[in-house]
Amino acid sequence: MTTRIVELRRGILKKNDELAAGLRGRYAAAGVLVLNLVSSPGTGKTAFLERTLREMRARGGKVAALVGDLETDNDARRLAASGAPVRQINTHGICHLDAEMIDKHLAGWGDVAGENDAELGGLDYLFIENVGNLVCPSSYDLGEGIRVALLSVTEGEDKPLKYPTLFNSADAAVITKMDIAETCGFDRELALRNINEIRPAIRIFETSAKTGAGMEEWLVYLEGERKARRATN
Amino acid sequence: MHELSIVASIVETVTESAAAYPGSRVLEVRLRVGALAAVIEDSLQFCWGISIEDTPLAGSKLVVNMLPVVLHCAKCDSDVELDGVQSFRCPRCGELCGDLRQGRELEIEAIEIDEVEEKVV
Repeated sequence: MTTRIVELRRGILKKNDELAAGLRGRYAAAGVLVLNLVSSPGTGKTAFLERTLREMRARGGKVAALVGDLETDNDARRLAASGAPVRQINTHGICHLDAEMIDKHLAGWGDVAGENDAELGGLDYLFIENVGNLVCPSSYDLGEGIRVALLSVTEGEDKPLKYPTLFNSADAAVITKMDIAETCGFDRELALRNINEIRPAIRIFETSAKTGAGMEEWLVYLEGERKARRATN
Repeated sequence: MHELSIVASIVETVTESAAAYPGSRVLEVRLRVGALAAVIEDSLQFCWGISIEDTPLAGSKLVVNMLPVVLHCAKCDSDVELDGVQSFRCPRCGELCGDLRQGRELEIEAIEIDEVEEKVV
């Protein structure tokens, strides 16, 4: 028997990557800054996003959110209280969101946002709250402009070292629940050092959705990023 | 634990590619997986065994070539390889560097097939 090697050189997630590239083009054309929020379950993604949506709306930003969970629409209902259009994605057991799920759930979004011209018409920011998981979402590009890794003060300062794959692929890091940092004995310096060790020079925001600490800096960052990206398109 | 969906897409791609060689059997599938790809070889192998049953790939072997992280250190002006993924510092000069050159790969490099010999009459 003779054998033969056939070179393939094919990305395993090529289908997702191609779909994500298409989404990225659509976001850019519509002038929407898209964020992919990733963290463990319980970090406070939903509370942080609730506050972000509310405050961004108060500043005149047109915001919307897609929220991924295995089951229930509890988070979508919480987020919808901000007044922003929100859609729930139930993955029914799948541990991450992928580009196809985003693509499907964007259909008809323009109507949701009160605009009929385009699916993403009229939006400034689209926040995607990923399934609570620090491993699998890091492999799936959703076409986002900014990937945000979140970490709460109750989780341990070494989280970035334990999950380097996610933190290394993030564009910004958000520390949540800063209002209870002292009670938890949170070592701020160590946490910042660990994040920086895995993702040098990343922007880090220290926030509390409860007190609003750090939110202003975060919102100004988003506004700046959106403006900068529009200018280059 | 998304290795099962990753393996499913490998099986799909390889089956499609192998269809160009009718009568040949796939013996081996070779992957290149970066240290930051978030997949574990043991899980891939476990899922491989389950996923190839009753497919044209049944009996084939999965070979996973793990690739270390390579950074470009601006200070040393060279590409440097990391031992692990716990610190993104240049092992030569100690500078933190974010310029990743290798480590996120997740690709099918090649497949090995047995060739169907042309029968000479």
